[in-house]
Amino acid sequence: MLKDITLGQYFPGNTIVHRLDPRTKLILTVVFIAALFTAKSYISYGIMLLTVAVCIGLSRINLKSIFKGLKPLVFIIILSGLLNLLYTQGKPIVEFWIFTISWEGVRAAVFMILRIMMLITGTFLLTYTTSPIALTDGMEILMNPLKKIKVPVHELAMMMSIALRFIPTLIEETDKIMSAQKARGADFETGKLTDRAKALLPLLVPLFVSAFRRADELATAMECRCYHGDESRTRMKTLKMENIDFAALVLGIMLLAGIIVLSVFGL
Amino acid sequence: MTPIIKVEGLTHVYSEGTPFKKVAIEQIDLEIPEGQFLGLIGHTGSGKSTFIQHLNGLLKPTSGRVLYKGEDIARSKEATRDVRFKVGLVFQYPEHQLFEETVYRDIAFGPKNMKLSEAEIDERVREAAGFVGVPEELFQRSPLELSGGQKRRIAIAGVLAMRPDVLILDEPTAGLDPSGRESILSNVVNYHKASGATVILVTHSMEDVARLAQRLIVFHNGRVAIDAPPSQIFSRAEELRSMGLEIPKSTAIALRLRELGLPISPSVYTVEQLKNAILSLREEAKKC
Repeated sequence: MLKDITLGQYFPGNTIVHRLDPRTKLILTVVFIAALFTAKSYISYGIMLLTVAVCIGLSRINLKSIFKGLKPLVFIIILSGLLNLLYTQGKPIVEFWIFTISWEGVRAAVFMILRIMMLITGTFLLTYTTSPIALTDGMEILMNPLKKIKVPVHELAMMMSIALRFIPTLIEETDKIMSAQKARGADFETGKLTDRAKALLPLLVPLFVSAFRRADELATAMECRCYHGDESRTRMKTLKMENIDFAALVLGIMLLAGIIVLSVFGL
Repeated sequence: MTPIIKVEGLTHVYSEGTPFKKVAIEQIDLEIPEGQFLGLIGHTGSGKSTFIQHLNGLLKPTSGRVLYKGEDIARSKEATRDVRFKVGLVFQYPEHQLFEETVYRDIAFGPKNMKLSEAEIDERVREAAGFVGVPEELFQRSPLELSGGQKRRIAIAGVLAMRPDVLILDEPTAGLDPSGRESILSNVVNYHKASGATVILVTHSMEDVARLAQRLIVFHNGRVAIDAPPSQIFSRAEELRSMGLEIPKSTAIALRLRELGLPISPSVYTVEQLKNAILSLREEAKKC
Protein backbone atom coordinates (compact mmCIF):
# COMPACT_ATOMS: atom_id res chain seq x y z
CA MET A 1 0.00 0.00 0.00
CA LEU A 2 2.43 2.72 1.11
CA LYS A 3 5.00 1.22 -1.19
CA ASP A 4 2.83 2.05 -4.16
CA ILE A 5 3.34 5.80 -3.81
CA THR A 6 5.14 7.21 -6.82
CA LEU A 7 7.36 9.84 -5.34
CA GLY A 8 9.75 10.71 -8.09
CA GLN A 9 10.10 6.98 -8.48
CA TYR A 10 12.76 5.59 -10.76
CA PHE A 11 11.94 2.82 -13.23
CA PRO A 12 15.16 1.11 -14.24
CA GLY A 13 15.63 0.58 -17.96
CA ASN A 14 18.14 0.75 -20.74
CA THR A 15 16.58 2.98 -23.39
CA ILE A 16 18.17 6.00 -25.05
CA VAL A 17 16.44 8.23 -22.53
CA HIS A 18 17.78 6.19 -19.63
CA ARG A 19 21.30 6.30 -21.00
CA LEU A 20 21.45 10.08 -21.42
CA ASP A 21 23.69 11.91 -18.99
CA PRO A 22 21.68 13.27 -16.05
CA ARG A 23 23.02 16.74 -16.78
CA THR A 24 21.67 16.55 -20.30
CA LYS A 25 18.30 15.49 -19.01
CA LEU A 26 18.25 18.27 -16.41
CA ILE A 27 19.11 20.91 -18.99
CA LEU A 28 16.60 19.47 -21.45
CA THR A 29 13.89 19.56 -18.80
CA VAL A 30 14.57 23.26 -18.20
CA VAL A 31 14.60 23.90 -21.94
CA PHE A 32 11.37 21.93 -22.28
CA ILE A 33 9.69 23.99 -19.56
CA ALA A 34 10.88 27.24 -21.16
CA ALA A 35 9.51 26.11 -24.51
CA LEU A 36 6.26 25.07 -22.88
CA PHE A 37 5.73 28.53 -21.45
CA THR A 38 6.64 30.24 -24.72
CA ALA A 39 4.20 28.18 -26.74
CA LYS A 40 1.05 30.13 -27.53
CA SER A 41 -0.42 28.80 -30.77
CA TYR A 42 -2.03 25.56 -31.89
CA ILE A 43 1.01 24.72 -33.97
CA SER A 44 3.47 25.18 -31.12
CA TYR A 45 1.24 23.22 -28.74
CA GLY A 46 1.07 20.50 -31.35
CA ILE A 47 4.84 20.42 -31.57
CA MET A 48 5.14 20.21 -27.78
CA LEU A 49 2.62 17.39 -27.58
CA LEU A 50 4.50 15.53 -30.28
CA THR A 51 7.78 16.01 -28.39
CA VAL A 52 6.27 14.64 -25.18
CA ALA A 53 4.81 11.66 -27.06
CA VAL A 54 8.14 10.88 -28.74
CA CYS A 55 10.00 11.11 -25.41
CA ILE A 56 7.53 8.80 -23.68
CA GLY A 57 7.78 6.38 -26.59
CA LEU A 58 11.57 6.41 -26.51
CA SER A 59 11.72 5.87 -22.76
CA ARG A 60 9.25 2.94 -22.90
CA ILE A 61 7.58 4.22 -19.73
CA ASN A 62 4.21 2.69 -19.17
CA LEU A 63 1.43 5.23 -19.84
CA LYS A 64 -0.33 3.82 -16.78
CA SER A 65 2.43 4.93 -14.44
CA ILE A 66 2.32 8.44 -15.90
CA PHE A 67 -1.41 8.69 -15.33
CA LYS A 68 -0.92 7.31 -11.84
CA GLY A 69 1.51 10.15 -11.17
CA LEU A 70 -0.96 12.72 -12.54
CA LYS A 71 -3.76 11.45 -10.32
CA PRO A 72 -2.94 13.39 -7.12
CA LEU A 73 -2.87 16.60 -9.16
CA VAL A 74 -6.23 16.14 -10.85
CA PHE A 75 -7.81 18.65 -8.50
CA ILE A 76 -5.31 21.40 -9.32
CA ILE A 77 -5.53 20.68 -13.03
CA ILE A 78 -9.31 20.85 -13.05
CA LEU A 79 -9.38 23.94 -10.84
CA SER A 80 -6.99 25.93 -13.01
CA GLY A 81 -8.88 24.77 -16.08
CA LEU A 82 -12.17 25.96 -14.58
CA LEU A 83 -10.80 29.33 -13.51
CA ASN A 84 -9.46 29.96 -17.00
CA LEU A 85 -12.72 28.84 -18.51
CA LEU A 86 -14.86 31.19 -16.43
CA TYR A 87 -12.67 34.27 -16.05
CA THR A 88 -11.35 34.84 -19.53
CA GLN A 89 -13.00 37.77 -21.25
CA GLY A 90 -14.14 37.43 -24.84
CA LYS A 91 -17.02 36.69 -27.16
CA PRO A 92 -19.58 34.81 -25.05
CA ILE A 93 -20.91 31.42 -26.15
CA VAL A 94 -22.99 30.45 -23.15
CA GLU A 95 -24.20 32.66 -20.32
CA PHE A 96 -25.73 31.41 -17.09
CA TRP A 97 -26.18 32.93 -13.64
CA ILE A 98 -23.10 35.14 -13.13
CA PHE A 99 -20.82 33.16 -15.40
CA THR A 100 -20.04 33.66 -19.04
CA ILE A 101 -18.17 31.11 -21.07
CA SER A 102 -16.39 32.58 -24.03
CA TRP A 103 -14.58 31.03 -26.94
CA GLU A 104 -11.35 32.51 -25.61
CA GLY A 105 -12.09 30.98 -22.23
CA VAL A 106 -12.42 27.47 -23.67
CA ARG A 107 -9.17 27.93 -25.54
CA ALA A 108 -7.32 29.23 -22.48
CA ALA A 109 -8.65 26.40 -20.33
CA VAL A 110 -7.63 23.69 -22.78
CA PHE A 111 -4.20 25.24 -23.16
CA MET A 112 -3.75 25.58 -19.42
CA ILE A 113 -4.71 21.97 -18.76
CA LEU A 114 -2.42 20.75 -21.54
CA ARG A 115 0.38 22.93 -20.25
CA ILE A 116 0.16 21.64 -16.66
CA MET A 117 -0.13 18.04 -17.81
CA MET A 118 2.87 18.34 -20.12
CA LEU A 119 4.84 20.13 -17.42
CA ILE A 120 4.26 17.29 -14.99
CA THR A 121 4.81 14.57 -17.56
CA GLY A 122 8.07 16.18 -18.62
CA THR A 123 9.44 16.29 -15.10
CA PHE A 124 8.15 12.75 -14.46
CA LEU A 125 10.13 11.54 -17.45
CA LEU A 126 13.22 12.97 -15.79
CA THR A 127 12.68 11.21 -12.45
CA TYR A 128 11.29 8.02 -13.99
CA THR A 129 14.36 7.51 -16.16
CA THR A 130 17.13 8.86 -13.92
CA SER A 131 18.21 7.24 -10.68
CA PRO A 132 18.09 9.66 -7.72
CA ILE A 133 21.84 9.32 -7.19
CA ALA A 134 22.61 10.22 -10.81
CA LEU A 135 20.18 13.09 -10.56
CA THR A 136 21.80 14.70 -7.53
CA ASP A 137 25.25 14.13 -9.03
CA GLY A 138 24.14 15.92 -12.16
CA MET A 139 22.64 18.76 -10.16
CA GLU A 140 25.76 19.15 -8.11
CA ILE A 141 27.94 19.53 -11.19
CA LEU A 142 25.50 21.90 -12.88
CA MET A 143 25.37 24.09 -9.79
CA ASN A 144 29.13 24.10 -9.32
CA PRO A 145 29.55 27.71 -10.54
CA LEU A 146 27.43 28.82 -7.59
CA LYS A 147 30.27 27.83 -5.28
CA LYS A 148 31.96 31.07 -6.33
CA ILE A 149 29.29 32.97 -4.44
CA LYS A 150 29.62 30.70 -1.37
CA VAL A 151 26.55 28.52 -1.98
CA PRO A 152 27.21 25.19 -0.19
CA VAL A 153 26.47 23.20 -3.35
CA HIS A 154 28.08 19.96 -2.27
CA GLU A 155 26.40 19.98 1.12
CA LEU A 156 23.03 20.66 -0.47
CA ALA A 157 23.53 17.82 -2.93
CA MET A 158 24.63 15.48 -0.15
CA MET A 159 21.60 16.39 1.93
CA MET A 160 19.39 15.75 -1.02
CA SER A 161 20.86 12.38 -1.83
CA ILE A 162 20.59 11.33 1.81
CA ALA A 163 16.97 12.47 1.92
CA LEU A 164 16.19 10.63 -1.31
CA ARG A 165 18.04 7.58 -0.12
CA PHE A 166 15.98 7.44 3.05
CA ILE A 167 12.53 7.93 1.57
CA PRO A 168 12.09 4.23 0.73
CA THR A 169 13.66 3.22 4.03
CA LEU A 170 11.28 5.39 5.99
CA ILE A 171 8.32 4.20 3.95
CA GLU A 172 9.30 0.62 4.66
CA GLU A 173 9.74 1.43 8.33
CA THR A 174 6.33 3.13 8.44
CA ASP A 175 4.81 0.06 6.86
CA LYS A 176 6.44 -2.21 9.40
CA ILE A 177 5.45 -0.17 12.45
CA MET A 178 1.95 0.20 11.08
CA SER A 179 1.66 -3.57 10.73
CA ALA A 180 3.06 -4.10 14.21
CA GLN A 181 0.53 -1.71 15.74
CA LYS A 182 -2.27 -3.17 13.66
CA ALA A 183 -1.29 -6.57 15.01
CA ARG A 184 -2.08 -5.10 18.43
CA GLY A 185 -5.44 -3.91 17.21
CA ALA A 186 -4.60 -0.33 16.26
CA ASP A 187 -7.07 1.06 13.77
CA PHE A 188 -5.81 3.63 11.27
CA GLU A 189 -8.67 3.55 8.84
CA THR A 190 -11.94 4.16 10.61
CA GLY A 191 -13.28 6.56 13.20
CA LYS A 192 -13.68 10.31 13.53
CA LEU A 193 -10.93 12.66 12.39
CA THR A 194 -9.78 13.30 15.98
CA ASP A 195 -9.66 9.56 16.66
CA ARG A 196 -7.66 8.98 13.54
CA ALA A 197 -5.22 11.74 14.44
CA LYS A 198 -4.80 10.14 17.85
CA ALA A 199 -4.31 6.75 16.24
CA LEU A 200 -1.27 8.13 14.44
CA LEU A 201 0.62 8.58 17.70
CA PRO A 202 1.65 4.91 17.98
CA LEU A 203 3.01 5.26 14.46
CA LEU A 204 4.76 8.62 14.69
CA VAL A 205 6.60 8.16 17.97
CA PRO A 206 8.50 5.00 16.91
CA LEU A 207 9.07 6.47 13.47
CA PHE A 208 10.76 9.58 14.87
CA VAL A 209 12.77 7.54 17.32
CA SER A 210 14.08 5.36 14.53
CA ALA A 211 14.70 8.29 12.18
CA PHE A 212 16.90 9.94 14.80
CA ARG A 213 18.67 6.67 15.47
CA ARG A 214 19.35 6.21 11.77
CA ALA A 215 20.61 9.77 11.39
CA ASP A 216 22.98 9.22 14.27
CA GLU A 217 24.26 5.94 12.88
CA LEU A 218 24.73 7.41 9.43
CA ALA A 219 26.68 10.37 10.81
CA THR A 220 28.96 8.02 12.73
CA ALA A 221 29.44 5.79 9.71
CA MET A 222 30.33 8.78 7.53
CA GLU A 223 32.81 10.07 10.08
CA CYS A 224 34.39 6.63 10.40
CA ARG A 225 35.08 6.75 6.69
CA CYS A 226 36.65 10.18 7.08
CA TYR A 227 33.97 12.07 5.22
CA HIS A 228 34.90 15.72 5.28
CA GLY A 229 32.86 17.31 2.59
CA ASP A 230 33.64 18.12 -0.97
CA GLU A 231 37.38 18.68 -0.78
CA SER A 232 39.37 16.37 -3.06
CA ARG A 233 36.60 13.84 -3.20
CA THR A 234 36.61 11.52 -6.19
CA ARG A 235 33.74 9.52 -7.63
CA MET A 236 33.35 5.90 -8.50
CA LYS A 237 31.18 6.73 -11.48
CA THR A 238 32.32 9.88 -13.24
CA LEU A 239 29.71 11.42 -15.47
CA LYS A 240 30.71 11.71 -19.10
CA MET A 241 28.93 13.47 -21.94
CA GLU A 242 28.65 11.31 -25.07
CA ASN A 243 27.78 12.22 -28.64
CA ILE A 244 24.19 11.26 -28.03
CA ASP A 245 24.03 13.87 -25.23
CA PHE A 246 25.23 16.62 -27.53
CA ALA A 247 22.75 15.52 -30.17
CA ALA A 248 19.92 15.58 -27.63
CA LEU A 249 20.96 19.05 -26.41
CA VAL A 250 21.07 20.41 -29.98
CA LEU A 251 17.59 18.97 -30.62
CA GLY A 252 16.32 20.54 -27.42
CA ILE A 253 17.74 23.98 -28.27
CA MET A 254 16.28 23.70 -31.76
CA LEU A 255 12.89 22.96 -30.25
CA LEU A 256 13.08 26.02 -27.99
CA ALA A 257 14.31 28.22 -30.84
CA GLY A 258 11.55 26.96 -33.10
CA ILE A 259 8.86 27.66 -30.51
CA ILE A 260 10.26 31.17 -29.89
CA VAL A 261 10.31 31.94 -33.59
CA LEU A 262 6.74 30.68 -33.94
CA SER A 263 5.52 32.84 -31.07
CA VAL A 264 7.37 35.90 -32.42
CA PHE A 265 5.50 35.50 -35.68
CA GLY A 266 2.31 35.10 -33.71
CA LEU A 267 1.61 31.60 -34.93
CA MET B 1 -11.05 -31.68 15.20
CA THR B 2 -10.76 -28.59 13.01
CA PRO B 3 -7.23 -27.26 12.90
CA ILE B 4 -6.88 -23.84 14.50
CA ILE B 5 -5.32 -22.46 11.34
CA LYS B 6 -5.75 -23.83 7.88
CA VAL B 7 -4.14 -22.33 4.81
CA GLU B 8 -5.39 -23.20 1.34
CA GLY B 9 -3.52 -22.43 -1.88
CA LEU B 10 -2.03 -19.26 -0.44
CA THR B 11 -0.15 -17.11 -2.93
CA HIS B 12 1.14 -13.60 -2.46
CA VAL B 13 2.66 -11.40 -5.13
CA TYR B 14 4.24 -8.04 -4.26
CA SER B 15 3.92 -5.01 -6.59
CA GLU B 16 1.94 -6.88 -9.19
CA GLY B 17 1.96 -5.20 -12.60
CA THR B 18 5.18 -3.22 -12.10
CA PRO B 19 8.78 -4.04 -13.00
CA PHE B 20 9.30 -4.79 -9.28
CA LYS B 21 6.85 -7.70 -9.28
CA LYS B 22 7.91 -10.46 -6.91
CA VAL B 23 6.22 -13.71 -6.00
CA ALA B 24 6.79 -14.06 -2.26
CA ILE B 25 4.87 -17.25 -1.55
CA GLU B 26 3.19 -19.66 -3.90
CA GLN B 27 0.45 -22.25 -3.43
CA ILE B 28 0.91 -22.97 0.25
CA ASP B 29 -1.37 -25.57 1.87
CA LEU B 30 -0.96 -26.11 5.57
CA GLU B 31 -2.88 -27.26 8.62
CA ILE B 32 -1.86 -26.28 12.11
CA PRO B 33 -3.59 -28.20 14.93
CA GLU B 34 -4.40 -26.47 18.21
CA GLY B 35 -1.65 -26.39 20.82
CA GLN B 36 1.18 -27.29 18.50
CA PHE B 37 4.64 -25.79 18.90
CA LEU B 38 5.69 -25.19 15.36
CA GLY B 39 9.06 -24.09 14.04
CA LEU B 40 9.19 -22.19 10.76
CA ILE B 41 12.61 -22.10 9.17
CA GLY B 42 13.87 -20.59 5.98
CA HIS B 43 16.61 -18.58 4.45
CA THR B 44 16.24 -14.77 4.23
CA GLY B 45 13.73 -14.06 1.48
CA SER B 46 12.18 -17.52 1.57
CA GLY B 47 8.76 -15.97 2.20
CA LYS B 48 8.30 -16.91 5.84
CA SER B 49 7.67 -13.35 7.04
CA THR B 50 5.15 -12.81 4.25
CA PHE B 51 3.46 -16.06 5.17
CA ILE B 52 2.95 -15.25 8.85
CA GLN B 53 1.50 -11.83 8.06
CA HIS B 54 -1.33 -13.62 6.30
CA LEU B 55 -2.23 -15.62 9.38
CA ASN B 56 -3.62 -12.56 11.16
CA GLY B 57 -4.87 -10.77 8.08
CA LEU B 58 -2.23 -8.05 7.85
CA LEU B 59 -1.60 -9.04 4.26
CA LYS B 60 -4.36 -10.04 1.91
CA PRO B 61 -3.69 -13.12 -0.19
CA THR B 62 -3.30 -12.60 -3.92
CA SER B 63 -5.10 -15.92 -4.16
CA GLY B 64 -6.05 -18.65 -1.73
CA ARG B 65 -7.44 -18.26 1.78
CA VAL B 66 -6.65 -18.50 5.45
CA LEU B 67 -9.11 -20.17 7.82
CA TYR B 68 -9.14 -19.55 11.56
CA LYS B 69 -11.09 -22.28 13.34
CA GLY B 70 -12.65 -23.20 10.02
CA GLU B 71 -13.74 -19.69 9.04
CA ASP B 72 -12.21 -17.45 6.41
CA ILE B 73 -10.53 -14.54 8.21
CA ALA B 74 -11.16 -12.22 5.26
CA ARG B 75 -14.94 -12.74 5.27
CA SER B 76 -15.55 -9.28 6.77
CA LYS B 77 -13.59 -6.34 8.11
CA GLU B 78 -14.74 -7.10 11.64
CA ALA B 79 -13.64 -10.72 11.36
CA THR B 80 -10.17 -9.67 10.20
CA ARG B 81 -9.84 -7.21 13.06
CA ASP B 82 -11.07 -9.80 15.51
CA VAL B 83 -8.58 -12.38 14.37
CA ARG B 84 -5.73 -9.98 15.12
CA PHE B 85 -6.49 -10.37 18.81
CA LYS B 86 -6.71 -14.15 18.52
CA VAL B 87 -3.55 -14.55 16.47
CA GLY B 88 -0.85 -12.50 18.19
CA LEU B 89 2.05 -11.59 15.98
CA VAL B 90 5.37 -10.43 17.41
CA PHE B 91 7.39 -8.81 14.65
CA GLN B 92 11.10 -8.87 14.12
CA TYR B 93 12.79 -6.32 16.38
CA PRO B 94 9.49 -5.64 18.15
CA GLU B 95 11.16 -3.07 20.41
CA HIS B 96 10.95 -0.62 17.50
CA GLN B 97 7.20 -0.39 17.94
CA LEU B 98 7.23 0.86 21.55
CA PHE B 99 5.69 4.30 21.80
CA GLU B 100 3.87 4.91 25.06
CA GLU B 101 5.12 7.06 27.92
CA THR B 102 5.27 4.17 30.36
CA VAL B 103 5.93 0.46 30.16
CA TYR B 104 2.53 -0.27 31.68
CA ARG B 105 0.62 1.72 29.09
CA ASP B 106 2.54 0.19 26.25
CA ILE B 107 1.69 -3.34 27.34
CA ALA B 108 -1.90 -2.21 27.83
CA PHE B 109 -2.20 -0.93 24.25
CA GLY B 110 -3.46 -4.23 22.82
CA PRO B 111 -6.03 -5.02 25.53
CA LYS B 112 -7.23 -1.41 25.39
CA ASN B 113 -7.92 -1.80 21.68
CA MET B 114 -9.96 -4.88 22.59
CA LYS B 115 -12.22 -2.54 24.62
CA LEU B 116 -11.78 -4.49 27.85
CA SER B 117 -12.61 -3.12 31.29
CA GLU B 118 -9.93 -1.35 33.34
CA ALA B 119 -9.73 -4.22 35.82
CA GLU B 120 -9.39 -6.81 33.06
CA ILE B 121 -6.66 -4.75 31.36
CA ASP B 122 -4.78 -4.42 34.65
CA GLU B 123 -4.94 -8.17 35.25
CA ARG B 124 -3.70 -8.97 31.76
CA VAL B 125 -0.85 -6.48 31.87
CA ARG B 126 0.41 -7.97 35.13
CA GLU B 127 0.02 -11.49 33.81
CA ALA B 128 1.86 -10.72 30.56
CA ALA B 129 4.64 -8.88 32.38
CA GLY B 130 4.96 -11.92 34.63
CA PHE B 131 5.41 -14.26 31.67
CA VAL B 132 8.34 -12.29 30.31
CA GLY B 133 9.81 -11.40 33.69
CA VAL B 134 9.34 -7.63 33.66
CA PRO B 135 9.22 -6.54 37.33
CA GLU B 136 6.53 -4.13 38.49
CA GLU B 137 9.13 -1.50 39.42
CA LEU B 138 9.57 -0.85 35.71
CA PHE B 139 5.87 -0.22 35.03
CA GLN B 140 6.11 3.56 35.40
CA ARG B 141 9.40 3.97 33.54
CA SER B 142 9.59 5.05 29.90
CA PRO B 143 10.14 2.01 27.68
CA LEU B 144 12.56 3.97 25.51
CA GLU B 145 15.16 4.33 28.25
CA LEU B 146 15.45 0.60 29.02
CA SER B 147 18.01 -1.85 27.68
CA GLY B 148 17.51 -3.69 24.38
CA GLY B 149 16.65 -7.01 25.99
CA GLN B 150 14.12 -5.44 28.33
CA LYS B 151 12.53 -3.46 25.51
CA ARG B 152 12.04 -6.67 23.58
CA ARG B 153 10.46 -8.40 26.58
CA ILE B 154 8.04 -5.51 26.97
CA ALA B 155 7.14 -5.61 23.30
CA ILE B 156 6.45 -9.34 23.53
CA ALA B 157 4.38 -8.74 26.69
CA GLY B 158 2.35 -6.25 24.65
CA VAL B 159 1.24 -9.10 22.43
CA LEU B 160 0.85 -11.67 25.22
CA ALA B 161 -1.49 -9.27 27.03
CA MET B 162 -4.08 -9.94 24.33
CA ARG B 163 -4.01 -13.61 25.41
CA PRO B 164 -3.75 -14.86 21.84
CA ASP B 165 -4.73 -18.44 21.03
CA VAL B 166 -1.98 -18.49 18.45
CA LEU B 167 1.32 -16.78 19.19
CA ILE B 168 3.60 -16.10 16.25
CA LEU B 169 7.12 -14.81 16.87
CA ASP B 170 9.32 -13.62 14.02
CA GLU B 171 12.98 -14.04 14.98
CA PRO B 172 12.38 -13.19 18.63
CA THR B 173 16.02 -13.72 19.57
CA ALA B 174 17.70 -11.78 16.74
CA GLY B 175 20.45 -9.53 18.00
CA LEU B 176 20.37 -10.70 21.63
CA ASP B 177 23.22 -12.19 23.64
CA PRO B 178 23.08 -15.93 24.54
CA SER B 179 21.52 -15.41 27.97
CA GLY B 180 18.94 -13.00 26.50
CA ARG B 181 18.08 -15.55 23.81
CA GLU B 182 17.74 -18.30 26.34
CA SER B 183 15.44 -16.33 28.61
CA ILE B 184 13.18 -15.13 25.78
CA LEU B 185 12.84 -18.68 24.48
CA SER B 186 12.02 -20.04 27.92
CA ASN B 187 9.39 -17.29 28.30
CA VAL B 188 7.82 -18.53 25.10
CA VAL B 189 7.92 -22.14 26.28
CA ASN B 190 6.31 -21.10 29.56
CA TYR B 191 3.51 -19.31 27.77
CA HIS B 192 2.98 -22.34 25.57
CA LYS B 193 2.70 -24.63 28.59
CA ALA B 194 0.64 -22.32 30.77
CA SER B 195 -1.92 -21.23 28.18
CA GLY B 196 -1.98 -24.22 25.86
CA ALA B 197 -1.73 -21.78 22.97
CA THR B 198 -0.43 -22.70 19.55
CA VAL B 199 3.03 -21.24 19.02
CA ILE B 200 4.73 -20.56 15.71
CA LEU B 201 8.40 -19.71 16.05
CA VAL B 202 10.03 -18.23 12.97
CA THR B 203 13.79 -18.36 12.88
CA HIS B 204 16.77 -19.31 10.84
CA SER B 205 18.58 -20.75 13.82
CA MET B 206 18.21 -24.52 13.75
CA GLU B 207 19.61 -24.94 17.24
CA ASP B 208 16.71 -23.08 18.82
CA VAL B 209 13.82 -24.69 17.01
CA ALA B 210 15.28 -28.19 16.98
CA ARG B 211 14.89 -28.68 20.70
CA LEU B 212 11.68 -26.67 21.20
CA ALA B 213 9.38 -27.41 18.29
CA GLN B 214 7.24 -30.48 17.77
CA ARG B 215 7.10 -29.92 14.06
CA LEU B 216 9.34 -28.08 11.65
CA ILE B 217 8.39 -26.47 8.39
CA VAL B 218 11.09 -25.39 6.00
CA PHE B 219 10.33 -22.64 3.52
CA HIS B 220 12.33 -22.41 0.35
CA ASN B 221 11.69 -19.98 -2.53
CA GLY B 222 8.17 -19.27 -1.33
CA ARG B 223 7.11 -22.88 -0.99
CA VAL B 224 6.99 -25.46 1.78
CA ALA B 225 10.03 -27.63 1.10
CA ILE B 226 9.94 -29.92 4.15
CA ASP B 227 7.27 -30.51 6.79
CA ALA B 228 8.33 -33.05 9.41
CA PRO B 229 9.12 -33.56 13.10
CA PRO B 230 12.66 -32.53 14.15
CA SER B 231 13.80 -36.14 14.56
CA GLN B 232 13.29 -36.77 10.85
CA ILE B 233 14.26 -33.45 9.41
CA PHE B 234 17.94 -33.33 10.20
CA SER B 235 18.77 -36.63 8.57
CA ARG B 236 18.13 -34.70 5.36
CA ALA B 237 21.19 -32.61 6.04
CA GLU B 238 22.30 -32.30 2.43
CA GLU B 239 18.92 -30.99 1.37
CA LEU B 240 18.96 -28.41 4.16
CA ARG B 241 22.45 -27.27 3.29
CA SER B 242 21.48 -26.82 -0.35
CA MET B 243 18.75 -24.42 0.85
CA GLY B 244 21.37 -22.38 2.64
CA LEU B 245 20.39 -23.61 6.10
CA GLU B 246 22.59 -24.74 8.93
CA ILE B 247 22.04 -28.01 10.73
CA PRO B 248 22.42 -28.23 14.53
CA LYS B 249 26.00 -28.79 15.64
CA SER B 250 25.03 -32.06 17.37
CA THR B 251 23.60 -33.40 14.11
CA ALA B 252 26.72 -32.32 12.26
CA ILE B 253 28.89 -34.25 14.74
CA ALA B 254 26.67 -37.34 14.51
CA LEU B 255 26.83 -37.28 10.72
CA ARG B 256 30.60 -36.93 10.78
CA LEU B 257 30.85 -39.94 13.14
CA ARG B 258 28.68 -41.94 10.76
CA GLU B 259 30.99 -41.02 7.91
CA LEU B 260 33.79 -42.48 10.00
CA GLY B 261 31.85 -45.74 10.15
CA LEU B 262 30.29 -45.58 13.62
CA PRO B 263 26.69 -46.84 13.90
CA ILE B 264 25.15 -43.66 15.28
CA SER B 265 21.60 -42.49 14.51
CA PRO B 266 21.46 -39.53 12.07
CA SER B 267 18.38 -38.13 13.79
CA VAL B 268 20.30 -36.75 16.75
CA TYR B 269 19.69 -33.02 17.18
CA THR B 270 20.35 -31.99 20.78
CA VAL B 271 23.49 -32.10 22.88
CA GLU B 272 21.71 -34.45 25.30
CA GLN B 273 20.82 -36.94 22.57
CA LEU B 274 24.32 -36.81 21.17
CA LYS B 275 25.80 -37.48 24.58
CA ASN B 276 23.53 -40.50 25.11
CA ALA B 277 24.22 -41.84 21.64
CA ILE B 278 27.97 -41.63 22.12
CA LEU B 279 27.78 -43.17 25.58
CA SER B 280 25.75 -46.10 24.29
CA LEU B 281 28.30 -46.55 21.52
CA ARG B 282 30.95 -46.89 24.18
CA GLU B 283 28.84 -49.40 26.11
CA GLU B 284 28.54 -51.52 22.99
CA ALA B 285 32.25 -51.23 22.29
CA LYS B 286 32.95 -52.52 25.81
CA LYS B 287 30.75 -55.58 25.23
CA CYS B 288 32.82 -56.73 22.31
